[in-house]
Amino acid sequence: MKISTIKELLDASVLCSEEHINRHVYSACGSDMMSDVLAFVKDQAVLLTGLVNSQVIRTAEMMDMVCIVFVRSKTPSEEMLRLAEECGIVVLKTDKRMYEACGVLFANGLIGNKVRRE
Amino acid sequence: MSEPLIFHFDVDGDNFTSAGQASVTIKKDLRRLGLSSEIIRRVSIAMYEGEINMVIHAGGGVADVRVFEEYIEIVLTDRGPGISNIDQAMQEGFSTAPDAIRSLGFGAGMGLPNMKRYTDDMKIETVVGEGTTITMRVNLT
Ligand SMILES: Nc1ncnc2c1ncn2[C@@H]1O[C@H](COP(=O)(O)OP(=O)(O)OP(=O)(O)O)[C@@H](O)[C@H]1O
Ligand SMILES: [Mg+2]
Repeated sequence: MKISTIKELLDASVLCSEEHINRHVYSACGSDMMSDVLAFVKDQAVLLTGLVNSQVIRTAEMMDMVCIVFVRSKTPSEEMLRLAEECGIVVLKTDKRMYEACGVLFANGLIGNKVRRE
Repeated sequence: MSEPLIFHFDVDGDNFTSAGQASVTIKKDLRRLGLSSEIIRRVSIAMYEGEINMVIHAGGGVADVRVFEEYIEIVLTDRGPGISNIDQAMQEGFSTAPDAIRSLGFGAGMGLPNMKRYTDDMKIETVVGEGTTITMRVNLT
């Protein structure tokens, strides 16, 4: 799924890195606990979260994620957007709550969320 | 055998916002060395979890990363409270993090298990009241 499609489905606004909006995303992870996110490895994933601090951006960066969606109208700071811009992560913001945002993406075919186990 | 490349970082225990900067820097350095994205991701995630732990549980510490020909070694050392029961700490979901830390997105009790999962070898040396040293290895071959 393209990031631009996620934007449309979630009725989201783009907060930074709009130039990468045509990138593809193959899996998604929704959580407010960063170590839960870090337990999940997949290429080109999108992170949906209601948590707003710099560690969200760093976590996404560590995971090589390409997009972060802030749910429930949470607004990241300028500093966070600067960090995201620096590593080319597209940041979106939606009014939808976590449950609905994840549900909409899942129903539209964005599935696949596998925790890597030894 | 050639000398390892050495990276050293001080991890500030008073600043949650800057926590993780050492891992971000290592990620960039390893990219420059041309290592695979899989290896880079494993090293940086394991180090990031350890770095956050030093900040939220131990008041900061130091991180040393050595890149050898055959493996990368990450050593995290702090002078925090130590870990009284390592087996318990290693269990998924075990956390002593207070609510204030949870509201910052940490305290799921997944950090140490993640560090073990992403590395080929992990050793915890800890003395209650003195501190903790965690040594991790990721093989390159
Ligand atoms: N460097 C450390 N010094 C002292 N105690 C530690 C240290 N690292 C971990 N611990 C202890 O081990 C527990 C488990 O650590 P772990 O990283 O797995 O979970 P967490 O940090 O509590 O939550 P999460 O990593 O999911 O955000 C911690 O809650 C803490 O009690
Ligand atoms: Mg932790």
